[in-house]
Amino acid sequence: MTSSTVSPSAYTPPVAPTGYRVCPVTRRRIDLQAQRLIKVNAVVAVVALLVGAIAALLLALTRWQAVHLLPATWYYRLLGMHGMNMLIFFIIFFEMAVLWFVGTVLLNARPAAPRYGWFNFGLMLVGALTVEAMQVSGRADVLYTSYPPLKAHPAFYFGIILFAVGALGVVAQFFATLTIAKREKTYSGSVPLVVYGAIAAAIIAVITLLHGAMIYIPTFLWSLGLIPTVNPQIYRLLWWALGHSAQQINVAAMVSIWYMLGALTVGAVVLNEKVSRWAFVLYILFISMASAHHLLVDPGFGPAWKIVNTSYFMYMAVLASMVHGFTVPAGMELGMRLRGFTQGLFGWLRRAPWGDPGFSSLILSVVVFGFFGGITGVTIGTEQINIIAHNTLRVPGHFHATVVSGTAMAFMGATYYLLPLIFQRKVAFWKLAKLQPYLFAGGMLLVETGMTFAGSFGVPRRHWDNSFAQSPFDVPFNPAVDLFLAMLGIGAIIAVAGALSFILIAVKSVFFGEKVTEFPQGVVVAGIPQGLTNPPVYPPNVDEVNERLHAPGNGRWGPTPGTLALVGVFFMAFMLYYFTNWKLLSFLWKIG
Amino acid sequence: MLTKVHTGLDPVEGVWWKPAHKTEKAWVAIAFAWCMVLFAMMPLWHWKGGQNPSGVRTRVDPKAFYARAVAFAAQYKVGDDRGIPIVQPPPGADVYLVGLTFQWYPILRLQQGKEYMLHISSLDVNHGFSLYPLNVNFAVVPTFDYALRVTPTAAGDFRIICNEFCGIGHHTMVGRVIVVDSAGRSVADNAEVRIGHGGAP
Repeated sequence: MTSSTVSPSAYTPPVAPTGYRVCPVTRRRIDLQAQRLIKVNAVVAVVALLVGAIAALLLALTRWQAVHLLPATWYYRLLGMHGMNMLIFFIIFFEMAVLWFVGTVLLNARPAAPRYGWFNFGLMLVGALTVEAMQVSGRADVLYTSYPPLKAHPAFYFGIILFAVGALGVVAQFFATLTIAKREKTYSGSVPLVVYGAIAAAIIAVITLLHGAMIYIPTFLWSLGLIPTVNPQIYRLLWWALGHSAQQINVAAMVSIWYMLGALTVGAVVLNEKVSRWAFVLYILFISMASAHHLLVDPGFGPAWKIVNTSYFMYMAVLASMVHGFTVPAGMELGMRLRGFTQGLFGWLRRAPWGDPGFSSLILSVVVFGFFGGITGVTIGTEQINIIAHNTLRVPGHFHATVVSGTAMAFMGATYYLLPLIFQRKVAFWKLAKLQPYLFAGGMLLVETGMTFAGSFGVPRRHWDNSFAQSPFDVPFNPAVDLFLAMLGIGAIIAVAGALSFILIAVKSVFFGEKVTEFPQGVVVAGIPQGLTNPPVYPPNVDEVNERLHAPGNGRWGPTPGTLALVGVFFMAFMLYYFTNWKLLSFLWKIG
Repeated sequence: MLTKVHTGLDPVEGVWWKPAHKTEKAWVAIAFAWCMVLFAMMPLWHWKGGQNPSGVRTRVDPKAFYARAVAFAAQYKVGDDRGIPIVQPPPGADVYLVGLTFQWYPILRLQQGKEYMLHISSLDVNHGFSLYPLNVNFAVVPTFDYALRVTPTAAGDFRIICNEFCGIGHHTMVGRVIVVDSAGRSVADNAEVRIGHGGAP
């Protein structure tokens, strides 16, 4: 778009027909039926987050050996519920809200078959409640992965199938919505990059959910006694094509939200559409191979299969993430520089709106996802290095950095903008909201560090008693492990305080919040993120300034020297961690 | 000619595949080269490195595997600890280790610097083989025999932690591996493993 403001679309809406309202900030048409679907999915997502967060606190206080809160049965039971609520219910309900939002609001479009959307929402809700009931009543003590021959009540598997069918239905409606938007010419040219990224997420979701059906349907029949066995290795293969690939939906959705929050908070520009869109295509093509990350020390597969799959065919999906890891901050830097924040290498970063919870969530999400989640993930997903990582606490250390500090953090940041834009409410407890991203990210960083280092000493994940008091032989861990487990526990208390603050803010805003009908411009309003009252504005001659920043005369470091320095530091950290792990591996027994 | 300044929220008009700036291209090139290094390291380690999860992998009937492990334990038994046989096979032998809820059977006594063919499988559900304190981890999947060539490089008293959830007693499942030095002496109290209530054999 254009040179004056960030958000408005090139499309000027006609007088809003019935069933629409026009957003006072972005001038986009918001379909009221889509708005209701966005709201209901987001609200249920937050409820799932609440259940998961309470479980998280109890689990962490059990792993913190000095506290050791829960009895064994409830530890494992709540561990299963924590996994389901956080990784499936919270995230996928939120993603359904994102798909409805991106498909309709960003494209000025009407939703395809909104009533069917309610039907799908109902399926997902009934499925989720069934799973919760089975888990809490102890009829599904099989953890999140539910590996056979461990067996749960058939209703547990059936609930998951219902949920997946509903989600698949919403994805289909998203594609239908895109088709309608195209046919009704609600936008001109190509879809925005944020929509493009959401399309990538939706395609990955189809692949993922089909794998889920492929494995949960036979497992359901097995639990009913209709088929005699489920091959435990095939189950692990197909289940992780659901379990890991589901996280790749999150990655694509999260990166889209990075581009969106960047645009809203600091006027982040797209450096180059070709590069960013190709990176999304690489996700679609290669990211579903990640099931192999969980099978590197499994007996069912040979080295060639493991190497090709774990590396997403030569790390092409890692390449995509490294590209976004540059283009997202570089887009923010260039957006700031175009608006006159050109001082030094990091002047743009110093002058960024750190008090806007949308921005702080964004930057914390990008940094922790990249530095912590990305580097640890690639390293422990290496065929041989996995020998010193598989099923230790290093694994949850990694994926909490991606899914929680990355995805959940980005979703929280987006919520601070969705509350005024979609729910038309001020963000309640504004001072707490400004603090919340730091509280949550800080706590999670402690959790992830504690887990990663404890795991490096061999502390297993999903294990109730690190003192091994009831086992026939003692396991005297290095005393440092107690420190790292305490770090996990204390970090979890802080992070859960952050998550509960978020929930409190969201619930208060949605149900009791002050109504927002218009957004006063140029003033600071408590409860409205500054990207909405003081949206980033480019100078009128922005294209000219852009040419000047890109000109060869501007120096060899190009238009975004700060980001170049940051990715340089990232690359050094990556190499250091990666090769240190090879060195550690070489100290072991000879194994082959 | 650059793309017109726009954000990720704006539909893009017409031709948007403009050339990228050279710094962006340079980063993509560096990232690509790094990906190739990441990829090459794995085959390279198979060729030059000493730790690979390849092994010899076959299907097996769990009951047949368990019977084999029991016969193996009877053949080479040298003692027992807490009712579990301590088994000392000759160097180069096929060694059988079976996971069953909630126990590792039998206790292995191996010699430092000698190679063994270690067969691991499960009688019932998935288990996880985690050798403490070395932090060596393998998945144990029922109906699959995972045979790994292992050469213990240091003497000591090791533990096998189960690190795959196998039921409510999962956390009690700990086994034992003793590695004697090249002279055949057991090192009960080495620097890394302190023995609490498990005496030296």
